[in-house]
Amino acid sequence: MEKIKCIFENKVLTVRIIGDIDHHSARGVREKIDYIIFDKKPILVLLDLSAVEFMDSSGLGLILGRYTISKDIGADFKIIRPSSNVKRILDLAGIDRLMKIEGDDNNEAC
Amino acid sequence: MRHAKNQMKLYLPSLSINEGLARNAVAMFIAQINPTIEEISDIKCAVSEAVTNSIVHGYKYSQGIVYIGVKYFSDRTIVIEIKDKGCGIENIEQAMTPLFTTDTSGERSGMGFAVMQTFMDKLDVISKIGSGVRVVMTKKLK
Ligand SMILES: Nc1ncnc2c1ncn2[C@@H]1O[C@H](COP(=O)(O)OP(=O)(O)O)[C@@H](O)[C@H]1O
Ligand SMILES: [Mg+2]
Repeated sequence: MEKIKCIFENKVLTVRIIGDIDHHSARGVREKIDYIIFDKKPILVLLDLSAVEFMDSSGLGLILGRYTISKDIGADFKIIRPSSNVKRILDLAGIDRLMKIEGDDNNEAC
Repeated sequence: MRHAKNQMKLYLPSLSINEGLARNAVAMFIAQINPTIEEISDIKCAVSEAVTNSIVHGYKYSQGIVYIGVKYFSDRTIVIEIKDKGCGIENIEQAMTPLFTTDTSGERSGMGFAVMQTFMDKLDVISKIGSGVRVVMTKKLK
C-alpha cells in the first residue's frame, strides 16, 4: 500500500511518498497531498521520491498537478531524491525543464 | 516462424487494482531469462502504461477484460501483447504524440505511448473504432 509521510517545518512542506506510483495508487496520494498543501499553505513543497521504486506516466501527471497547485498558492516546488528508475521517466518527460530535481538515491539519509 | 521458448497468457478484469498485478506478473515471467534491473524496470513501466490505457481509455472504467500475452525467444527477444475490446482509437498518430491526451481530469500526462516507445525497442498500435486496441511491444534483452 502506498503511503505518504509529511513534515512541515518553517513553512516548508516535505512530502515523502512510499510505494509504487501508478494510476491506481495516484488518486489516494493526490488527495492526501492536496489536502495537506491547502491546509498548511507552505512556501516550499519538497516532493521526496526516494521511497518510490516504481513510477509510470501516471506519476508524471501526479507531479505536474501538484506543481500547478503549489504555484497557484504561491509556493515553490521541488522534487528531491528520485530513485534511478524514477529519474529515467522524469528525464524522458523533461520534467527538469519545469522544476528543480535535487539529489539522487545514492544519498539515502533518513 | 520462430517458436517461442516460453509464453504466458493472463486475462484480467479491467480493475485499476490489477495494474500492479499485470506488470509484476510480466516481470516475474521475464525474470526467467535474467534481465538487468534496468530492463525489468523498463518492461514494468511499458506494461503498466498499456494496461492502464485499456482500463482508463478503452473501457472507460466499465467492465471488460484486459488480455496480456508475453513470449520470449532463444535470442532473448521479448514480445508483449496487450489488448482490450474497448472503444478503440480514432487517430493513432495523434494519440501517440507526446503530451496528447483525451483525458479531461487534468491528471493524465499524455506520455504513456512515449514511455512505451522509449523503454521498448519496438511499439505497434493497432486499433479499430469500437472494437478495441492491440499494443505489441518488442524488446531484445542484453
Ligand atoms: N486502449 C486504448 N483505448 C482507447 N484509447 C486509447 C487507448 N490507449 C490510448 N488511448 C488514447 O490515446 C491517448 C494517449 O495515451 P497516452 O499516451 O497513454 O496518454 P494518457 O493515458 O496520459 O492520456 C489517450 O488519451 C487516449 O485517448
Ligand atoms: Mg496512458
